[in-house]
Amino acid sequence: MSARANILRSSAAHAILIAYTILALYPVFLVVINSMKSRRAIFNEPLALPTRESFDLVGFHTVLEQGNFLLYFQNSLIVTLASLFLVLLFGAMAAFALAEYRFRGNLLMGLYLALGIMIPIRLGTVAILEIMVAANLVNTLTSLVLVYTAQGLPLAVFILAEFMRQVSDDLKNAARIDGLSEYRIFFTIALPLVRPALATVAVFTMIPIWNDLWFPLILAPSDATKTLTLGSQIFLGQYVTNWNAVLAALTLAIFPVVVLYLIFSRQLIRGITRGAVK
Amino acid sequence: MSRPRTKRRPIRWHIVVFLAPAVLIYTAIMIIPLFGTLNLSLFTRGEGNTREFVGLANFVTLFTDPRWSGAFWNATWNNLWFFIVHMLVQNPIGIALAAILSSPRLRFAAFYRTAIFIPAILSFVIVGFVWRLILSPLWGVAPNMMDAIGIGDWFSPWLGQESSALTTLALISVWQFVGIPMMLIYAALLSIPDEVLEAAEMDGITGASQFWKIKLPLILPTIGIVSILTFVGNFNAFDLIYVVQGALAGPNYSTDILGSLLFRTFFGFQLQLGDPHMGATVATVMFFIILAGVSLYLFGIQTRMRRYQF
Repeated sequence: MSARANILRSSAAHAILIAYTILALYPVFLVVINSMKSRRAIFNEPLALPTRESFDLVGFHTVLEQGNFLLYFQNSLIVTLASLFLVLLFGAMAAFALAEYRFRGNLLMGLYLALGIMIPIRLGTVAILEIMVAANLVNTLTSLVLVYTAQGLPLAVFILAEFMRQVSDDLKNAARIDGLSEYRIFFTIALPLVRPALATVAVFTMIPIWNDLWFPLILAPSDATKTLTLGSQIFLGQYVTNWNAVLAALTLAIFPVVVLYLIFSRQLIRGITRGAVK
Repeated sequence: MSRPRTKRRPIRWHIVVFLAPAVLIYTAIMIIPLFGTLNLSLFTRGEGNTREFVGLANFVTLFTDPRWSGAFWNATWNNLWFFIVHMLVQNPIGIALAAILSSPRLRFAAFYRTAIFIPAILSFVIVGFVWRLILSPLWGVAPNMMDAIGIGDWFSPWLGQESSALTTLALISVWQFVGIPMMLIYAALLSIPDEVLEAAEMDGITGASQFWKIKLPLILPTIGIVSILTFVGNFNAFDLIYVVQGALAGPNYSTDILGSLLFRTFFGFQLQLGDPHMGATVATVMFFIILAGVSLYLFGIQTRMRRYQF
């Protein structure tokens, strides 16, 4: 291939990728810049960047005054972190048992736990609500944590078991000879060695929990337990004609997710490309 | 503290301790409710607050009773169309982007894949509202931009028209999730060993024909996984419809899919009361549709696919 053809091909590749990147980011960018403009500027020059005349933070004031966003944010944070902790701990424990010990029913147990990867937990909603009503857990964050833990476990066990199998046997046997209990081996040897996999599972588990609308809407719609996703959905519905407020609320909702993503994106991409899915 | 290594081992309690929390939560919150829902669909509310066993009568009602069947078949076909749009638009674009991204010595590849993946991490609430604003004739962003490239006459309020609302929503969902097939296929392309590609080059197979003849057959298993993930995700979708069109999946139910039908049936809306038994029936039908898709993939497609070990 000649050098010129090469340059031509690579600039064509860049042109396509740049075009798609703009398509992916421009809608988000548009909302963010307009959230900082006055109402008139939003409508007259929607595509312009905020200037000194059009700069206006009135939307953000409305959001912070009217909505309980701090509380919703806190709820989302508690639910996500608690579920994440339980998924990682229980998932790693089960994965260790499946990968480390040979016992009757090992394969069957693995298949049983993997069932939940393909069948969405949402389909059990009717009965989940009945259980939560019976246990008096409706409108509590606990109900959400339980559901999300169950939802996250299958994939976590599946991926972590794959990595647990790669932990060197010599290391564990040496520890056994030194008299460490199986629990100590799990916590001090296996768990630290699969830390990269834990981070990957964490990102995969976190995103759907943070973004979920279905279970907060059904299990915990009260004002004290609303998550950020549900809270913004309701706020946006009420303020639908107040464009400043809607744009500001969207910007506030976008910001933490994107920052978290940028921090963890290398981990996420490495996790996907490492080939848990082949 | 040596572990007994006799033939008949005592119960190794640590295995139980390791497995118990995950298995208990998973069984109690996921498996039992799933079967509980399947079971609930065989009953109906009798006199007083009793449950009355009715066998498959709820399913007969759902499929044939004019009060239900219209909504049900409408939602099913809409859901199928939703899935078809994803298969025809999202996955080919994902494959094309992955193929371009994986070309050797491409600069800024990390930047592109990070940026293109961003919509996939946003919630449906954000994505739904962003597109509602952009496509709104009131704001005029979309018509203005289309005017700028000379196709302004083509604009119409797509989300508000029965004929185009569902396809528009499907395309919004494609916009959001195209990063996922892109990443999975990108990973598969990177795992093709260099020797294979070098051998192809020695035989004079380069560029586009290398993609069609060498790479595409090698990534078929990943395309299979992407397809089944798309299928499960689409037949379980709800949030985007709810955010953009509300529980009524307007205009005139033209964007109703099984997820939004399940929500309305279970919780009721406006004048209709919620009905847990019919809700469970809809959920059961969804369960069997997803099960059929997954089984078809596992037993029909995956086992026949040739896998190459490197």
